[in-house]
Amino acid sequence: MSEVRAELKYLESHEWARIEADGTVTIGITDHAQAALGDVVFVEVPELGSEVTAGSEAGVVESVKAASDIYSPVSGEVIAINEALEDAPETVNSSPYDDGWFFKVKPSALEELDNALDAEAYQEAIGE
Amino acid sequence: MLNKTPLAQLHQTMGGKMVDFGGWWMPVNYGSQIEEHKAVRTTAGMFDVSHMTIVDVHGEQAQAFLRYLLANDVAKLTEQGKALYTGMLNEQGGVIDDLIVYLMPLGYRLVVNCATREKDLAWMNQQAQKFDVQITERPELAMVAIQGPQARQKVSEVLSADAAALASLGVFYGIGLSGERSDWFAARTGYTGEDGFEIMVPATDVCAFWQQLADAGVQPCGLGARDTLRLEAGMNLYGHEMDDNTSPLVANMGWTIAWEPASRDFIGRSAIAQEKANGVQFRLVGLVMRSRGVLREGYEVVVPHSEVRGVITSGTFSPSLGVSIAIARVPVGEVTSAEVIIRGKNTSVDVVKPNFVRNGEALV
Repeated sequence: MSEVRAELKYLESHEWARIEADGTVTIGITDHAQAALGDVVFVEVPELGSEVTAGSEAGVVESVKAASDIYSPVSGEVIAINEALEDAPETVNSSPYDDGWFFKVKPSALEELDNALDAEAYQEAIGE
Repeated sequence: MLNKTPLAQLHQTMGGKMVDFGGWWMPVNYGSQIEEHKAVRTTAGMFDVSHMTIVDVHGEQAQAFLRYLLANDVAKLTEQGKALYTGMLNEQGGVIDDLIVYLMPLGYRLVVNCATREKDLAWMNQQAQKFDVQITERPELAMVAIQGPQARQKVSEVLSADAAALASLGVFYGIGLSGERSDWFAARTGYTGEDGFEIMVPATDVCAFWQQLADAGVQPCGLGARDTLRLEAGMNLYGHEMDDNTSPLVANMGWTIAWEPASRDFIGRSAIAQEKANGVQFRLVGLVMRSRGVLREGYEVVVPHSEVRGVITSGTFSPSLGVSIAIARVPVGEVTSAEVIIRGKNTSVDVVKPNFVRNGEALV
């Protein structure tokens, strides 16, 4: 049984988004996703300062088993990337919701997240 | 309904992550494939390979039959327990399966792949009609592979009654065990590039054996680690490096074809002899990507010496090397570098012999 956090928003493609107190949005992949991928060996995140679009590819996560595209749940400017994942990609497996975050966005249209799933809907989507 | 090995319940109890593996309910890992992989390279790990098919071939004409059925020559097996790796070819020279055959006291024992079980048995029975042989599947035998630098020592601790015989067993030899384990068969073979044993065990005994090995400190491993280990060792996997439409000559299996004596007719001989005479067009090479990313099966390979593109037959992240490696089929010709097309982008890779790690040592 994978962990689904009540305070987060989710995409069916298994990304999570957290709205921070300062209005920025942190993005990562869910516990369910990391378990399905197995050992993560590379993470490719968008470049700092680049623009991402909601629902578009923003990076790639590669495990021993498979490569999987990462989609951004919101549009906006990338204001931080998790550089620690370059040397320690396994953090995505051990701490998907905390230390294993991917990137932070300054959203241009926060209401885009209204289309994302809440915890209950995501839980249902993954059949747990 | 998935097939289950006698160890399935125990895998789940011990934390194995169970998946549908070609119709079998098998552990893909026990938490971390990379940790399991490293255990095999540094200490000892064990794999449930009971899904593989064990077939005994007995009878007056067992040798004649196998000399006709297999591309390698079982007449080379002159000592009890000696093993031989070979392809079983179709008339067109494609590989129906790759397998190991052992010389046993009462004939021969073959270990064939699980995914090819039905077609293998059908083919063998069809070809056997002209021979006085009995072909008997042995589903009551489970099989455990124990691999790694400490594997033989750990097995000897658990099977102490046979420790002396196991200690003197040569590479690519098997031996029947003694006393109450007379139905057991231990072979010094494997699929990881490390020393170790593959042991055939009656299904009724295998759970206790697995538990004893775990208690002795042998790491249970899933089939995920088995794949990264065999790829680092440059070993072929049926359905990837070769199949019914691939000749052994383009799958680096030339060494398994016994051309002598020329008088021996085996199935597929004329087709591959023709191919050899015409000049073999492709070969398998190893690829190493020093930059970030992972090479995957199916990615195209651009070589400098040919317009014809190659293709990756197996690719992964190498836990031992910390970079991605692959086996690829490319047009023949000496090259030291190539490009792989990854999501539309050409990425430079080194071309090496398809043999990356052996006995814990990096070869590239």
